[in-house]
Amino acid sequence: MDDFYRDYILDHYKNPRNFGTLEPHDLEHHDVNPLCGDELGVHLIVDEQGTITGLRFHGQGCAISQASASIASEELIGMKADAAAALGADWMIELLGIDISPTRRKCALLSLKVMRGATTGDASWPQ
Amino acid sequence: MAPVAASLDVRADFPLLGRGFAYLDSAATSQKPEQVIGAIDSYYRCSNANIHRGVYALAQEATDLFEGARERIAAFVGSEPATTIFTRNATEAINLVAYAWGAAHLEAGDEVLLTHMEHHSNIVPWQLLCQRQGATLRYLHVSDDGRLSLDELDEVLAGGRVKMVATAHVSNVLGTINPVAEIAARARAAGATSLIDGSQAVPQMPINVSEIGADFYVWTGHKALGPTGIGVLHGRRELLESMPPFLGGGDMIATVGFDSSTWNELPWKFEAGTSPIAEGVGLGVAIDYLAAIGMDAVRAHERDLTGYALERLAEIDILRPFGPTDLDHRGGVVSFEVEGIHPHDIAELCDREGVCIRAGHHCAQPLMREMGVPATARASFHVYNSREDVDRLVDALQKARKVFEL
Repeated sequence: MDDFYRDYILDHYKNPRNFGTLEPHDLEHHDVNPLCGDELGVHLIVDEQGTITGLRFHGQGCAISQASASIASEELIGMKADAAAALGADWMIELLGIDISPTRRKCALLSLKVMRGATTGDASWPQ
Repeated sequence: MAPVAASLDVRADFPLLGRGFAYLDSAATSQKPEQVIGAIDSYYRCSNANIHRGVYALAQEATDLFEGARERIAAFVGSEPATTIFTRNATEAINLVAYAWGAAHLEAGDEVLLTHMEHHSNIVPWQLLCQRQGATLRYLHVSDDGRLSLDELDEVLAGGRVKMVATAHVSNVLGTINPVAEIAARARAAGATSLIDGSQAVPQMPINVSEIGADFYVWTGHKALGPTGIGVLHGRRELLESMPPFLGGGDMIATVGFDSSTWNELPWKFEAGTSPIAEGVGLGVAIDYLAAIGMDAVRAHERDLTGYALERLAEIDILRPFGPTDLDHRGGVVSFEVEGIHPHDIAELCDREGVCIRAGHHCAQPLMREMGVPATARASFHVYNSREDVDRLVDALQKARKVFEL
């Protein structure tokens, strides 16, 4: 097995979980990685207690950006929206479980950036 | 027809390639031969002084080196030293024209005509100009095999509003060699000015800007074996003389008063401040290097490698190349997609094998949208590449396919 393109990374890339759109939705954000043109959007449904009960990512990108969105989606559903908004880059990198070089860091963090955009309106890159 | 084996054997002139890379990203920037690196080193060690000013012999020596480079560069592409202006890069050359020509010649209701295959550098300066002047941007379409239509050009020009036609000579994504002499002639006949971006053309084929006949022709040094930080604008003398300066400062003036100044003669009117002297000297030597090989031989080499690459890449059934299939209309660039592997992942897996290719939108996002892809992978060639580099690319792609279980 490849150390970087591990089985579960390729599985999430080829069979992304929670991908598509949600209509209607409560929150949304769409963003791009201007370096490569990858794009990703998110639709969220948040209940009265502030819990994320529905989430769909959509867009196109490399194995790392797509797998990170898919893997993150499984953690984010059921999480409080304000807790999701506070997640940092380390959370995402640890969740991915592979060594991310500086050139691929933005691929790995695009889904979290989009989540922050939807939950806080601040779509800066997660630190 | 099987491609003729590429004949150039100059790899040893390029020190960086001693690291063993199959460097296939020359459309982004070329590697530099020892001769160019040595000329820059020698300039700083032995000849450095500011140009056009000092009365001492060393200053004259530096001036002669810089202006001598300009003369050889102008001759290399069939232009004149007075109408050969040094800029920072091709982008700055286009911005120079968009500002200095545009403010005087473009009015509300006028149109600037580009093509869908332009690099961002030949889009954004015109967008900014049109926003300032209240003019409109239009685009020529690109066919499925990556070509422009002269019929469509005629139709748009017949509208009578186009004041500027700006296009790439060779597409950095598709490799398409556009019929720029035809385009410039038709623009002229319709009363429009023309600008050709030769950034991908000058490095790989014989160019004569007088024969092309465009009003402006721009290119950049670092893709033509020269250093970064220097580009070139060739312009029609009457236009350059009538245009106001772009940047103000030292060297571009004849006299300076408290309230107004008068401008230096061409080409220095458009070269404010201390010039990139070492870069100009280095580019002059890069041009000497290319001229010694002969641009016909360079073009033949690029053509052979492109043909060989298209042939070998066809072995991968899930790979789709973009751009013209006719090598007469195609420069040394092959963009492609591999079904099931994103270009970033292709480039990462190639990198592991020492194969340097580009992945992304290639600063041509509008074209990517037209092609219906978010990004492509791209291999591009120069004099130091060989069939072995192409073989290494194909081997790396086969390995990538295995990793992705395709």
